[in-house]
Order: sequence, then C-alpha cells, then structure tokens
Amino acid sequence: MLKARVEIKLKKGVADPEGKNIAKALNLLHFKEVKEVRVSKLVEIFIEEDDKERALKRLEEMCKKLLANPVINDYKIEIEDAHE
Amino acid sequence: MEKIAILRMEGTNCEYESYLAFKRLDAQPEYVHLKELERKKKNLEEYDCVFIPGGFSAGDYVRGGAIFAARLKASIFKDLKKFVENGYPVVGICNGFQVLIELGMLPALYGISEQPEACLTTNDSNRFECRQTLIRHERSVCKLTKNIKVGKICSIPVAHAEGKLVFKDEEYAEEVNEKQVVFRYVDIEGKEAGYPWNPNGSYKNIAGICNNEGNVLGMMPHPERAFHKWQNGDGKEIFEGILNYIRSIC
Repeated sequence: MLKARVEIKLKKGVADPEGKNIAKALNLLHFKEVKEVRVSKLVEIFIEEDDKERALKRLEEMCKKLLANPVINDYKIEIEDAHE
Repeated sequence: MEKIAILRMEGTNCEYESYLAFKRLDAQPEYVHLKELERKKKNLEEYDCVFIPGGFSAGDYVRGGAIFAARLKASIFKDLKKFVENGYPVVGICNGFQVLIELGMLPALYGISEQPEACLTTNDSNRFECRQTLIRHERSVCKLTKNIKVGKICSIPVAHAEGKLVFKDEEYAEEVNEKQVVFRYVDIEGKEAGYPWNPNGSYKNIAGICNNEGNVLGMMPHPERAFHKWQNGDGKEIFEGILNYIRSIC
C-alpha cells in the first residue's frame, strides 16, 4: 500500500481571493509581517500498489482527468509507503 | 415536438425550473440522470437538445462541475461529441457552464479540446454572488440566440461562487473574445463597468460564450429564474432561441 500526497496549487499569476482574504485577516490580527498568502489543496490518496513508478503514472492520470485544471493549477505528487 | 434532455446527477438543483421553462414553451423536456446514460438506459440520440442545469453537482468538490464533467467524459463523451458535431444544441447554465468548460466543449476555439482550455474559477470577491445582473447580448457566432437583438440588455440573476472566466493564455482569450462571447456583464447604461456589475471578475466582463460552431452555449446567469415578466427578467427569450434553433435544424 502506498500513500500519495497530491498538492493542487494555483499557478503563479492566477488570482487567489481566498489567500488574499486570509492575508487581510492575519494583518488585522496584527501579523503585520504577512505580505501574501497562497492557498492550495492537499489530497491524500491511498493506493493498493507497491510499484511507485506505476503509481506515479496513475496519479498523474488522476490529476489530468479530475484533480487539476491545467489552466489554473499546478500539481505536485509525493509518494511514500503507507503505514496502516 | 422538441425533446430536451435535462441532465442531472447528485447535486444539480435547477432542473425543475429549467424543465418548466421548456414545458411552458410547449417543448418536451425530460429529466435524464447521468446514471441512465452510463447504464445505456437512455441514449442522447433520442433528444434534440442537451441542457445541463445549474446546481452543485457532486457537491462542487474538486472544482465546480469537475466531477460531473469527468464522469461524462468517462461514459458518454463520444456520443456527446457526435451530438455536438451533428449540430445539435448543448446548453449549460451556471454549474452546467462549468461542466462544459471542464469537458473542453467550451470555448472549443479549434474544436472540442482534450484538456480544458479555460476555467471558471473563484469570484474575485471570494463571495457567493446571488443577485440580479444585467447582461448585454453581443454579436457572435452563436446560433441559439438569434432571436435576441444584438446590444439588448437582459436582466438575469446570477448565483455562484466560481464564475470568473479565465483562459489558458492571452492570445487564446482574445480570439474567443472576438467572436464567441454571447453575453457580457454591463451596468445600467449598457457599459462595461467591472464589479459589482460584473459579479465575478470574469475576463472582459464575459457572462456567456459559445463554441466556434455556435451550437454550444454556456452562461453563468440563470435564465430559468427569470422566465416570467413578474420575475423582472428576460430569460424566456433564451429558451425561445434554443427552440427556434432546434426547429431550424430538425
């Protein structure tokens, strides 16, 4: 069993209204050093598979078919052994 | 009588108003669940139009419309493609528009694309914008809105959190902007004016676009919620336009 951490990020230059709102809130809470916040989504996927290369190929397919829209998203995949 | 397939799955919630809009114009709408298509209990060939209503399909998880689109792609994409290529109309409202974008059926500047070439992303305001908007009907290649005068300002409400239309690059956006923009958000004088008239920060105030052939239409505002005169809206004309087009091809 493998565990993948797929991070779906907004591409550089794509507006991030949620991040902007969080930055504003943090500033209002007197964290004046906060200049920018970018929000991304982390999806943990547990896969019945032992071969990391094969798993990576399947995960990339998942990103292309559903998890990421190439117009606004970049994604990063990390795979590790899952400890049940 | 024009047979309209109103697609639904878990989370669509504007199908009833859409159904009534077509029914009141003497068409023959029918609810078609995604699973009925997946299991081949119903076939797109039986219909003259596919209408994807608004709502929160599959909870709007991942991105608005992404799961609905991925499931359509994995099941009946070939049939849907053929349907569009044969000139039949496909319309997506709000969440339905998001589905068509995720499917690559819009903007489809050079035909239906394998990967999405645009995205309806989070409103600049980071709020769910639910209110009346004014949209101007633009000169475009759209075949479904021929009954509406170019320049007419229609009053139609929006209700979405992810309606900001962005394209894969500037050049692509410009080309779509030139001939495939059907509706644009404007102010009370008919001028483009940004927020709050444009509720989401969409590129060049775009509210609705069509494909390069003009038979696929997607828009964020909800014409089915502005069908009657007492709803202070112009949605009825959009449904009439769709039916006029079907009559012209059948």
